[in-house]
Amino acid sequence: MKFKTFAAFVGPSVLMMLLFIAFPLVKVFWQSFNVTQPVYETVEVEKCTPGFLTQICTTEFQTIPQLDDNGDVVTRTTYVGLQSYRNVLEMERFWTAAKAWSWSGIMTIDFWKALRFTLMFTLVTLPLVVGVGLLIALAINNAAAAIRGPVIFVSLLPFIITPVIGALSINWLFRGDGILTALLEHWLDRDLALFAQAWTIELMMMFYRVWHVAPFAAIIFYAGLQTVNQDSLESAIIDGATRWQRLRLIIVPHLMPLIIFVAIIHLMDTYRVFEEIVGFRSQGYVISLQWLTYDFLTPDQAGNRSISRASASAMLTMIGIAVLLVPLLKRTWRDHRGTS
Amino acid sequence: MSARALGQPASLRVLSNGFLAFWCLVAAFPIFWITVMSFKSPVDAFDDNPLNVIFGPATRAAGNGLSILDIALGLGLICATILYSMRRLPKAVRTYGAGRSMALAWIVAVLLVAVVFLVLFFVVLPWVTGLLNPVLGPLGRDVLGATTEHYQTVWVDRGFSNNFKNSMIVTAGVVSVSLTFGTLAGYGLARSGSVLAFWILIIALVFRALPHSVLVAGYLPVFINSAEWLAPILGENAPTLYGKPFAVIAVLVAINQPFTIWMLRSFFANIPADLDEAARVDGCSHFKAFRLVIMPVMWPGVITTGLFSFLLAYNDFLVTSLLLDASNQTMVPAIAGMFNRETTTTDQVVAVAAAVSITAPLFVLVMVFQRQIVSGLTAGAVKG
Repeated sequence: MKFKTFAAFVGPSVLMMLLFIAFPLVKVFWQSFNVTQPVYETVEVEKCTPGFLTQICTTEFQTIPQLDDNGDVVTRTTYVGLQSYRNVLEMERFWTAAKAWSWSGIMTIDFWKALRFTLMFTLVTLPLVVGVGLLIALAINNAAAAIRGPVIFVSLLPFIITPVIGALSINWLFRGDGILTALLEHWLDRDLALFAQAWTIELMMMFYRVWHVAPFAAIIFYAGLQTVNQDSLESAIIDGATRWQRLRLIIVPHLMPLIIFVAIIHLMDTYRVFEEIVGFRSQGYVISLQWLTYDFLTPDQAGNRSISRASASAMLTMIGIAVLLVPLLKRTWRDHRGTS
Repeated sequence: MSARALGQPASLRVLSNGFLAFWCLVAAFPIFWITVMSFKSPVDAFDDNPLNVIFGPATRAAGNGLSILDIALGLGLICATILYSMRRLPKAVRTYGAGRSMALAWIVAVLLVAVVFLVLFFVVLPWVTGLLNPVLGPLGRDVLGATTEHYQTVWVDRGFSNNFKNSMIVTAGVVSVSLTFGTLAGYGLARSGSVLAFWILIIALVFRALPHSVLVAGYLPVFINSAEWLAPILGENAPTLYGKPFAVIAVLVAINQPFTIWMLRSFFANIPADLDEAARVDGCSHFKAFRLVIMPVMWPGVITTGLFSFLLAYNDFLVTSLLLDASNQTMVPAIAGMFNRETTTTDQVVAVAAAVSITAPLFVLVMVFQRQIVSGLTAGAVKG
């Protein structure tokens, strides 16, 4: 294929990605070092209140945003260096808390709180998703052929449901005296308030995430199970391998590339955990890195969005992604070198 | 020998099937339960006795109930519709749609079935049961409380139909644009072994991993001030991109592009290159070969990729909630808004009804396209 034809085919897509992915990245990088603020001016205002005989007048100085000819607020962009990063990271508070060995002190800083949750969420759900996915795949593979279709249909539902809505639907089972909370209270014979502390909310979020992603893993593993070499299974039986040994020594190694694939996709996706925070309305207790950026971007009560702080927190989030991606890219690069 | 040696002890079978049944219960229960809740009065919906939630005594007391006859007829109608669409409909479409566009024939057929079903279900059925219920005695007495008032509140009073329309605009735009760009790029990348193609794919992989909030942080200031910086190019009526559905479509297409080109590339790689090379030998240009030879055989891959684009656009919360203003809001942020308003239980049930409304199309989607979704998931995995 000539370069010109190739460019014509790929052009629109690449242009789109440059314009809407690469350009915003550069822009965010720039924004994280610059702050755009309205220009304020101090004006002398004379205020008069009616009084007896004469008006009582006071002059005071007010700071108001400067307006241009059209009545719009004039803004000025200044280079602030690492200030936005400092605002997000709050290193001074971090070190004071760290020196006092106060874990809860560190956890009062939004960024570190979000980082702690994001990492823990990612690391806890990863083995669960792979494990549950593998179990479901083995069970489907073991079931009679006639019920596999319906089971796969039911399994796809949690995967396909809108994440915010999925989180909400789990939430409604537990909220207040929701049906499952009532059940748990009945079992444990005590009053439960699942939305009153962070760790129960985190547990519910993890449950939701495993419920949501395990079907994806299961279907991929199930497809992998179809290509297991039957001959090696049979020879293992002849050699007297138990079921567990066959699973551990033949099936799991066969599925290993798929397990790695699922793990990588899952790492990428959970690192961006966000919808759970919205669905469980947990921002008072638990926040994630992406939610932090989202929160900076939402207008506050005065209608201002802290764009530069959002950019700084976005750039910090990206560092994590980069760490995650390097091994993956290395592998792809090796594969590419190997095939061509 | 293999059949007996591979045979399993009964205990293992029971364990495995038991686990599968348990998983199906866990997978379906939350969705089933919010569907049940959405038809009950708030008192019943948040009752802590599950039987009360299912049978809804308070809803029944308010005069909204279904008798055994209602349930039997309703279920019968639903089953009949499903059976008809599975068995007879494809045949009918093939007969009447012969010679014309098949896609068009399918759309017409599906719309027709939907309209007939809705008329039968909501107009004819209540009329028939209204006549029969008083006559039948115990069969005609209300046993199951159910009310559609929350759906009415959501769709009529809360203006959810407007959100639905916005969602449809955004998803239709995203699917069509991203497939158009994606098929071209996917084909180009699959047929070119150049280093540049490899690098484009690698960079796309990196882009796939980016958190969407990072990108939105880049768009927001630009979109809000767009009237200003577009003015030199477009003159007086330069639009403010913030709040415009087409801007969101562009953003979602771009976000979706990395995934789309990876997926379509792997589909095109499975179409033998000999096919278009033969066309080229016969004197076709690359574009003509693509149009005449590849396009007729690429639809399975395109449909699968289209499904995933649809899901991305339909399910998105982050981008739409930040880049659209209230008047153009799509469904997901609207529901989150309903849920987050500090509320009475009535409002909560209304939000539940909205959540069920948004899930129903997805349910139908899985039912119709199960095979394509599964093949899409595995195609991605096989190529790594």
